[in-house]
Amino acid sequence: MSFFGFGQSADIDIVLNDAETRKKAEHKSEDGRKDKYFLFYDGETVSGKVNVTLKYPGKRLEHNGIKIEFIGQIELYYDRGNHHEFVSLVKDLARPGELTQSQTFDFEFTHVEKPYESYTGQNVKLRYFLRATVSRRLNDVSKELDIVVHTLSSYPELNSSIKMEVGIEDCLHIEFEYNKSKYHLKDVIVGKIYFLLVRIKIKHMEIDIIKRETTGTGPNVYHENDTIAKYEIMDGAPVRGESIPIRLFLAGYEMTPSMRDINKKFSVRYYLNLVLIDEEERRYFKQQEITLWRKGDIVRKSMSHQAIIASQRFEGSSNPEKSQTQSNEEDDS
Amino acid sequence: MTDPSVADTRRLNSKPQDLTDAYGPPSNFLEIDVYDPQIVGVGRNRYTNYEVRMRTNLPIFKLKDSCVRRRYSDFEWLKNELERDSKIVVPSLPGKALKRQLPFRGDEGLFEESFIEERRSGLEQFINRIAGHPLAQNERCLHMFLQDESIDRNYIPGKV
Repeated sequence: MSFFGFGQSADIDIVLNDAETRKKAEHKSEDGRKDKYFLFYDGETVSGKVNVTLKYPGKRLEHNGIKIEFIGQIELYYDRGNHHEFVSLVKDLARPGELTQSQTFDFEFTHVEKPYESYTGQNVKLRYFLRATVSRRLNDVSKELDIVVHTLSSYPELNSSIKMEVGIEDCLHIEFEYNKSKYHLKDVIVGKIYFLLVRIKIKHMEIDIIKRETTGTGPNVYHENDTIAKYEIMDGAPVRGESIPIRLFLAGYEMTPSMRDINKKFSVRYYLNLVLIDEEERRYFKQQEITLWRKGDIVRKSMSHQAIIASQRFEGSSNPEKSQTQSNEEDDS
Repeated sequence: MTDPSVADTRRLNSKPQDLTDAYGPPSNFLEIDVYDPQIVGVGRNRYTNYEVRMRTNLPIFKLKDSCVRRRYSDFEWLKNELERDSKIVVPSLPGKALKRQLPFRGDEGLFEESFIEERRSGLEQFINRIAGHPLAQNERCLHMFLQDESIDRNYIPGKV
C-alpha cells in the first residue's frame, strides 16, 4: 500500500532503439519554451525498450499488466477534457502478475501511420507520444515520451503565380505579382508591385505574413490571427509607372506548413498582406492566401532507409501526387 | 530549368518606367491653407473667419484653385455632415472654447491673438486630413465647403 510509505513502486523509462542516430527537431511548447524531440516521418517504425525499475529492490511489485501505447491526438484548449485520438496503437508487454526485479521490455510499432504534422498553436495542439503504463489496483504508474512528426511534400506540379490588379477608383491602382502560390518553408517570395495610378500620398509599403488558426466547426468556428512578419518593401512616395521589387526570405520566420481541416478539427492558413500607408496613417491593404509546404532535406547516407523513403513521399493538398512505385514498396514490406 | 537546390531569386519582368511618368508632375497634389483671420461684425456679434485656399490637381475637385472664407461653425457643420454620411473616422477639431466666450475675462477672450493662431493651425490640420481621404472626397458637403462661395445648410446631402 503506497500510503503506508513502504509500498513498492516503480520508475518507468522509455528509450528508443535509434536514439543515437535519430535526428531531433525543435518544437515550441504551449508556454513558449522550445524543446528538442525525436523527429519521425509518416510510415517510420517506432521501436525501443521500456525499462521498469523497482524503487525498492528485493520487494515484489504486483501489477495488472504492463503496456505501451503510441498515440496521436488533437487537443482543443477550450475543450481540454476531450482528446481526439486519431492514432492509437497498443502493445501488451506483460500480463497481470508480479515483477521480482527491474526488467526491460522490447517494443516495436511497425510502419506507424503519422498522417499529420505535430502542431502547437494558440488554441489547439496536435501531438504524438509513447505512453508506457504499469497498471495497478489503486494507481497506475505511467511515463510519456513526446515525439515530433513532420509531414514532407515535394515540389508541386502546378504552382501558378499570383497576379492581380487592385485599387480604389481614381485614387490608387496597383498591379501586384508574386512568383508562386505555393512556397516551401525555406523559399523566397519574389514579386513586384507596379503602380498604375497614384493620387494619394503614400508614406511606405510593407508585406505582412499572417497566420490564421481556425478551430471548431459549425457555429463555434474561431479564428486566431497572428502577424508573423512585417517586412517593409518601400519607403517614400511612388509615382505612376514605378515598379517596386519584392524579395522576402521565408527561412527567417517560424512557420509551419499550411494545414487544411486536420481531422476535421482545425486549420492553419497563411496569408500575404500587402499594406500601403499614406501620410495620414490611412492603411490600404490586399490579402492573398499562400500555401506553405515542408521540403524534405537532401537525402544523406546516414539517414535510415525508412526516413529516405518518407522524405521522398509525395503529398499534395488533395493527394493526387502519391508516388506510385515507392508507396508500393512500403506496402509490401 | 534552374537548379532546385538554389532558390530562384531573379526579379520578375517589369516594364521600364516612362520618362514622362518619372519626371512628370505628381498626380496627388493637394494643399489647403487656412490663413488671414479677420474679425467681422460688431459688439456681441463679432466672430472670426479664415481664408481657406485649396490648390490641387486631383481630378475629383472641379476647381484646381479655390478660395473661400469660413468660420469655426462652418468647420463644425462639415464635421457633423461627414460623421453622419461617410464611413470614415473624422479627425477632431480644435476646441470649442466656451469659457472664452464668458464675460469678465482678463484677456481678449475669443479674439486673443494666440488663441486664434492655435485655432487656425488646428483647422488647417483638420481640413488637410479630411480632404485627402478618398471616401471624404466622394461627399457633396466637402466640395461645397471647399469650393462654393457660401454653404447652403439646406442642401441635399449626397455623393459626388
